[in-house]
Parts: sequence; structure tokens; C-alpha cells
Amino acid sequence: MSDWPILSVTIFLPLVGALLLLFMRGNDPATLRNVRHIALWTTVVTFVVSLFLLPGFDASSSDFQFVEKTPWLGDTINYHLGVDGISLPLVLLTTFLMPLCILASWRSVEKRVQEYMIAFLVLETLMIGVFCALDLVLFYLFFEAGLIPMFLIIGIWGGARRVYASFKFFLYTLLGSVLMLLAIMAMYVQAGTTDIPTLMAFEFPASMQTWLWLAFFASFAVKMPMWPVHTWLPDAHVEAPTAGSVILAGVLLKMGGYGFIRFSLPMFPDASEFFAPMVLVLSVIAIIYASLVALMQEDIKKLIAYSSVAHMGFVTMGIFSLNRQGIDGAVFQMISHGIVSGALFLCVGVVYDRTHTREIAAYGGVVNRMPAYAAVFLLFTMANIGLPGTSGFVGEFLSLLGAYQADTWIAFFATTGVILSSAYGLWLFRKVIWGVVDKPAIAVLSDLNRREALILAPLIVLTLLFGVWPEPVFNMTSASVQNLIDTSIQTVTTAPATAAAPVPAAAPAH
Amino acid sequence: MNGFSSADLAPALPELLMAAGALILVLVGAIRGDRSAPLINGLAIALLIVVGGLVLSAPSETVTAFNGSFVFDRYAQFLKVLVIVGALGALVMSFHFLKNEGLNRFEFAILIILSTTGMMIMVSAGDLIALYLGFELQSLALYVIASFHRDNLRSTEAGLKYFVLGALSSGMLLYGCSLIYGFSGTVAFAGIAQSVTAGSAPLGMIFGLVFLFAGLAFKVSAVPFHMWTPDVYEGAPTPVTAFFAAAPKVAAMALFTRVAIDAFPQIADQWRQIVVFIAIASMALGSFAAIGQRNIKRLMAYSSIGNVGYILVGLAAGTAEGVQSVLIYLVVYVVMTLGCFAVIMGMRRDGKAIENVDDLAGLARNDALMGFIMAMMMFSLAGIPPLAGFFAKFYVFLAAINAQLYWLAVIGVVTSVVGAFYYLRIVKIIYFDEPAPRFERMPMELRAMVAVTGAFVLLYFIYPAPMAEAASAAARSLF
Repeated sequence: MSDWPILSVTIFLPLVGALLLLFMRGNDPATLRNVRHIALWTTVVTFVVSLFLLPGFDASSSDFQFVEKTPWLGDTINYHLGVDGISLPLVLLTTFLMPLCILASWRSVEKRVQEYMIAFLVLETLMIGVFCALDLVLFYLFFEAGLIPMFLIIGIWGGARRVYASFKFFLYTLLGSVLMLLAIMAMYVQAGTTDIPTLMAFEFPASMQTWLWLAFFASFAVKMPMWPVHTWLPDAHVEAPTAGSVILAGVLLKMGGYGFIRFSLPMFPDASEFFAPMVLVLSVIAIIYASLVALMQEDIKKLIAYSSVAHMGFVTMGIFSLNRQGIDGAVFQMISHGIVSGALFLCVGVVYDRTHTREIAAYGGVVNRMPAYAAVFLLFTMANIGLPGTSGFVGEFLSLLGAYQADTWIAFFATTGVILSSAYGLWLFRKVIWGVVDKPAIAVLSDLNRREALILAPLIVLTLLFGVWPEPVFNMTSASVQNLIDTSIQTVTTAPATAAAPVPAAAPAH
Repeated sequence: MNGFSSADLAPALPELLMAAGALILVLVGAIRGDRSAPLINGLAIALLIVVGGLVLSAPSETVTAFNGSFVFDRYAQFLKVLVIVGALGALVMSFHFLKNEGLNRFEFAILIILSTTGMMIMVSAGDLIALYLGFELQSLALYVIASFHRDNLRSTEAGLKYFVLGALSSGMLLYGCSLIYGFSGTVAFAGIAQSVTAGSAPLGMIFGLVFLFAGLAFKVSAVPFHMWTPDVYEGAPTPVTAFFAAAPKVAAMALFTRVAIDAFPQIADQWRQIVVFIAIASMALGSFAAIGQRNIKRLMAYSSIGNVGYILVGLAAGTAEGVQSVLIYLVVYVVMTLGCFAVIMGMRRDGKAIENVDDLAGLARNDALMGFIMAMMMFSLAGIPPLAGFFAKFYVFLAAINAQLYWLAVIGVVTSVVGAFYYLRIVKIIYFDEPAPRFERMPMELRAMVAVTGAFVLLYFIYPAPMAEAASAAARSLF
């Protein structure tokens, strides 16, 4: 399809930028400006390169495309890359958000700029790698290595309790992941390969599936994060610098959802079927509980963090509805949440840079000084609530539709979460934006500057565009989602009694 | 019994060269006194390089000599190179340190050479006699260099403690050997293997096995025979600690593996219980006890106990994959140890060596490269990909899963998360804390060591295949 290794280039381009930064010396303003520019242009070029994936991508096929394969670790573990309709949007989301993150850190990060940019570029490499890897060991490598730069980002450039937050983030995620690593090894021993497309077609014995599913669940549930292992997220979000929060909410959380769709469903269909009710219940608890907790927050970032937990609940609910609408909704919700929550954290960053506080009580009447900002914040609040016409609506609606087919009660309770989300969303907006200016710190605020407007503009466009015209995303994902339904879920639901002698799931020729 | 023939000498040429070299160096030292220390250090390094080259260039088929007492195979070749690399690294790093501490005596290099000779014999041991011979040669030299700083209370205490406990372990080992000999009628590993059949091992043999393994566990500092490790690591001069952590561990682990696989293949189920237990105990203790440590050398001692636990997981598998994983882990472990100790030896302020973990504060800002590599060493020790330490753990746990030791693997990864906590604490000190005063400028050879080991740890993932193949070939030669 293409004669140059476009995926490898996309993955390793940021790393090249990071290496370049490694050789920059000095702390004078000119060097720092160069450092920032190199980081920015690296991410922009990476984004442009990743856009080249679009024309070559055949959306009508569910196969992995742009495949690269080279021997790596022994005979059976390969450096194997490729994207399909589920991973491609996430790759583009990553490359799209990165330049915005660099821009958002332009002025707010002043100490150790060089190390900061290196950490972000390395992180980008690893995140793209996660979505492109077609070998489990390679996937794990990218998945887990991302902890290192994120640990440093939170710990060095974070807020007051950064050390606690960074440790909690690292150890929680690591504990989940090492269990997945053991499951990967067990799969390797059983199937003799860690090749993802091969394993998707491999039939694991039902009893083994249960354990493997649980081990993968341990990793992805923490990453997602699902209730009750979500507690690292609010801490990490609150302490992380703005760009760190954007990446965390925008991309890192999506790895959990991606993992469920890529591994849990196709590789362990029986176990997924078996555990689906549990996940649905956990998702609904997450939605309601996190929304209620969000109502009580005094810190803007913490509120948005809990809202992220709730929205990720919609994703897991959609995925484990195990039907077309649910999974479509989940994938869309991931993309939309990546844009909207990223934008919300950027919005918080805008006022934080001016006032250096995230306490809701410290604000009020911001609209009088920052009308443009208020309008933008309103849009993203509405998108977060899921107002029709914004991208947030499409994903939530489809997930709910899928859940309704799976279980009416689940959908019923999840819908109350939608109501709660408007409650905390509007409450936050009223406290921060409306009201009279009675605090001196608010009275001196200046509206969005050019740089900030430039960062938020593409996010506004995408939020509205996907709200009224979600087709581009669905075009990309539909073949792959349909294939997922056909090969794994249908097999289970149509032939439940023959679990001992399963129908060959990978029968469709491709 | 056949007599001695000159053909026996060829496979043992590296050891003979080492021994002869050590004797010549003693003569030089005796004649010229401590002035000759730099010369002897240089000659010792040259000797190690020559012998290393000799081992590498030896034909890689299995040869036995001295009626089977001495075995040279791919396995021995692999590990001898590793032992020599460890000794070489420790020796190179010791120059400045010993001079600064006023310990610039010529015996140091000679003792290292003698002890390395003992280790090479251990690696090649084909019967219980050669095992004990190598074991004691190695240990006696180690007892002396542990207390090399003889005017220092802690150093002499370390030496004495090591000697008393080491003698006790040697006693247990000998007792085990005698029982095994009594019940099998032979000291040769191959003969012992033939004398027992699965399921019908005499109780005395099992007894002997337990004592033998206890002695070996002492040498690799596996729990519950680890008590000496933190004190000796802390008390001994730092270059000695680096040597302790790198080379003898490798030799003892190599011997442990060879005895288990070569001499007792039939009663693997019996010894596996022991190995599984000490592996779990070592991993757990290594992880938990390190959390409270404030002295970096003590911390490294607990870290090494933990690492031995992971290595033993590979041995517990008892398969060729298991031995392969042991070998890969040992290589990565030696490199990480040398790198960490190079940084630790660089911790000097106002002409004094300092050993507190907190003294590393803000190293990333005082010396970006040192701080970065030390942090990467810590992540690697914690087993985070894509660093070399991850692959080491990967192979070990893969072997355990392959041998259906699922619970061992689960406990292993959980303790590795606990262990990650204290490694992260060091990263936190290096990167998050406000900088402490700068260290003195590190000598050239330490910087070089840090750079080389750092490059290995960081870049191992790019091309891991050759190491895996070499280790696999070495492991297969045991079976």
C-alpha cells in the first residue's frame, strides 16, 4: 500500500526530536525558545505525517493496514505494527493533541524546559506505539514504558502533592500491568505466539479465558480507570501540569478502552460474555458515584477528573453491552472525550496560569473580564454534559442505546448519570463564570490571548463538527467494529451450548 | 581412575594462567612494595583481559578434564566471561577510590585475581571436590578484601562477620557433600545423577541436598541465609562491595544451577521445593526490607537479595528455558550493578565518600547525565520496559509460567511492584528533590563505566536476539 514505513516514522519521529533536544545546552532565553520550537515543530510534523495515513487507509476493510513486520525477540516475537479502524482514530487523536499540549506549556512551564519537552516527546512515541503495536510483547513494552515519562512529568512539574500523586499513579498502574504481563506469557506458552492478529483467531480454552480476562481486566480497569480502582486519577490529574492532564485524560485513559476492544473481546469472547454483567454494573456505579463525588468538589481539576471517571464508565458500559451500538458509541465516546476533556483541562489551565489557584471558590464573575473565554468554557461544559449538537452527545447516546439493548435497568441508571453530569457541569459553570466580580484576583484577568485562542480553536471546531457530522469517525471504525462483532461476539451468542467445541471464529477469509 | 595426562591442562588453561599470573604479581608486589600498586593494577587488568579473550576464543564444544572434575562447555564459557567482566569492572572502578581512601595497597588486585580464579573453577566444577576447591579459594580471598580497610571498624567487622558466617556455610556445604557421597558412592555430578532414580532417593541423599543447597544459598545471599549481606555491603570499601555484588554472585549462581541440573535431575521435584521457597522469601524480603534503608550500599544489598530471588525463579523452572533466563538475568544484573556502583563511587563531597540515599538529592540538575542514567538503572532494576531489566524479568517469569509455576510467577510480579516503590524513591530523590551540593567531579573511568552500562541498559531492547541466542546455547549445553 505504501512503500515507506509510515507507522514507524510516526512512532519514532518524536523520539528523534527528543534526541535533538538532548544536545541543546544552556538556559538562556534564546536556547529555551529554540527548545520549545523544536518540540512544537516535531509534534506538528508528526501530526502531518500521521495524516498521510488517511488517504492510504481503506475504510471498507477490517484488516490491519500499513503493516510492518521484522523479527525482534527470538523467532516468534516480532516487531509487528499495523492499524485498523479502531486504532487509527486514536493514533490521530494522539498526534493531534500533542502540538496543543506543547503550546499549552509554552509559558506555564519555566523550569527545566528541556527535560519537560523531552519527556513529552518520548511519551508521544510510546503512546502512538501502544495503538500501533500488533505484538503483545511490543504492546506491553510501549504500554508500560509510558509510565516513566508520565511519572517524571507529574513528579517534577506537578503541584504541591506531586510526589504522592506520581507514586500512586505509577504503582497502581504497574500492579495492574504486571498481572497482564503474566497473562501475556501464559498466552505465549499456550498459543506459541504473541502475534495479535493470530491470537485474535486463536481459541483459548474457556477456563483459561477466565483467568486471562481477569488479568487483562486488572490492567485496563486501572488504566481506564473504573470504579473502585479509579482513586489514582483525581490525584494525578490535580497535581499534573496542564499538558500532563490533557494527555492523561485525552490519550492515556483511552488505552484501557482500547485494550478491552483490542484484546479482551476478540481474544476471550467467552469470558467477556461471562463477565459482561459485572462490568456493566461496575460501569453504572462508576457513572453515578463519580458524578456524585464530582458534585462535592472544591477543586476545578478534581471535578473534571471525576467527570472523566464517569465518562469512562460510559465507555466500558458501551463496550460490554456487546452490541454494535454500544461499541460504536464507546469508540466515539473515547475520541470525543479525548477532545472535550482535553479542552476542559486546557480551559482550567488558562485561568490557572493567571490566578495560580484551582479552587472553585476563588473564582466568580469571570465572564465580566473574559467573555470569549466564558463562551468557550460554556461550549466545552455543554459538550461534557452531552448536549445534542456536540460530540459528547453522540457517544453517550449510542452507549446508552447499546446498554438499553443489553439491560434496561443498566441504561436507566446510567441515564441518571447524564442528569447528574449536567448538575455538576452547570454548577461549576455558575460558580466560576457567572456572578459578580468581588475578588481582586478576578478583576485583573485578561481574556484569551492569541496563543490560547489558537490552542482552543481546533478543539472547538472538532467538537462541533463531530457533534453534527460524526460520519468521518464512523466511516473509519465501522468495518473493524462490524468484524469484531462478527468474529467474536456473534460466535458466543449464537452458539452458547457448544463452548467445548467452539465454532471456528476466524472463518471469514481475510 | 585414570592418571593425569597433559591433555587435561588445555581446557583449564585460563585458570592456570590466572593462578600463575597472581603468583607473579605477588612476587612483583613483594619486591617493590606498595609503590607498585598502580603497576599491579594495570597488570591485573591486562591479565583479566587476556584470560577473557582466551575463554572467548576457546572452541565451544564440551570438554572434560581431570577425570570429569573440570568441565568446559558453552555454559562455563558464557559464565566465565561474565565473571571476568564483573571482576574487570570492579577493578577498573577501584583506582581512584582506593587512592583517595589511602587503601592503595598492591594486594587488592591480587586478591581479586585469586578470587576470580576460584570463581572460574566453581563455574567449571564437575564434581563435589572441585566445587569445594573453587568455593574456598574464592571465599578466602573475599574474606580478606572485605576487611581491606583494616583500620576501619566497620570494614573489619564486615570481614569478620563474613568469615564466621562463611565458615559456617562452608561447614554445612561440606556436611551435605559428605552425605551425598555416602549415599551415592561418588563425588562426580554425573555419577550422583545416575545413582538416584526418580521417586526413590534415599533420605540421606535428600538431607545432603538440603545442606548443600543451604551452603549455596548462603553464597548467593538468598533468604534465610542473607543476614551477612547488608552488613558486609555496608562495611566493606565500596569497590569491594561492587565486586561482591557483581562477580561472586554470578559464580555462586552458576554453581547452584549446575549442581541442581547436572547432579540432581532425577529429584528435581524435591529440590524445586527448596528453590521455590528461598526464591519467594528472597523476593519478598528484598522488596520489603529495602524500603526503610537510608544507606545506599545497604539498599543495594537488599536489592541484590531481591534480584537473587528472581534469578532463583528461573532456576526453579528447572528447564533449558529456565537456565537461559538465569543467564540473561545474570548478565543484565552484572551490568546494572556495575553501573549503580559507579555512580555510588562518584558520590564524594569535600574529599569524603558519602553513602546516604538522600545525598543523591537533585543529582539530575547537578549532573544531568549521571542523574539520568542512575534513574534509568533504578527503573531497570524495577523491571520497567523498555530497559534491560524488564527483559531479564520477562525471561525468568516466562520460564516459570512455562513450567506451570503460576503462583511463583504471581508472587514474583507482585513483589516486583513492592520493590518498584523503593527504586522509585531514589528516582524521586534524584529528580524531584531540591539539589544538594554538587559532588566532586567523577574520575574518567567512572564516567566511562556509567556511560557504557547506561547505554547497555537503555539500548538492549533494540537488538536483544544475540544475547538470547548465546544464553540459549549455553543453557542447552547443560542438558
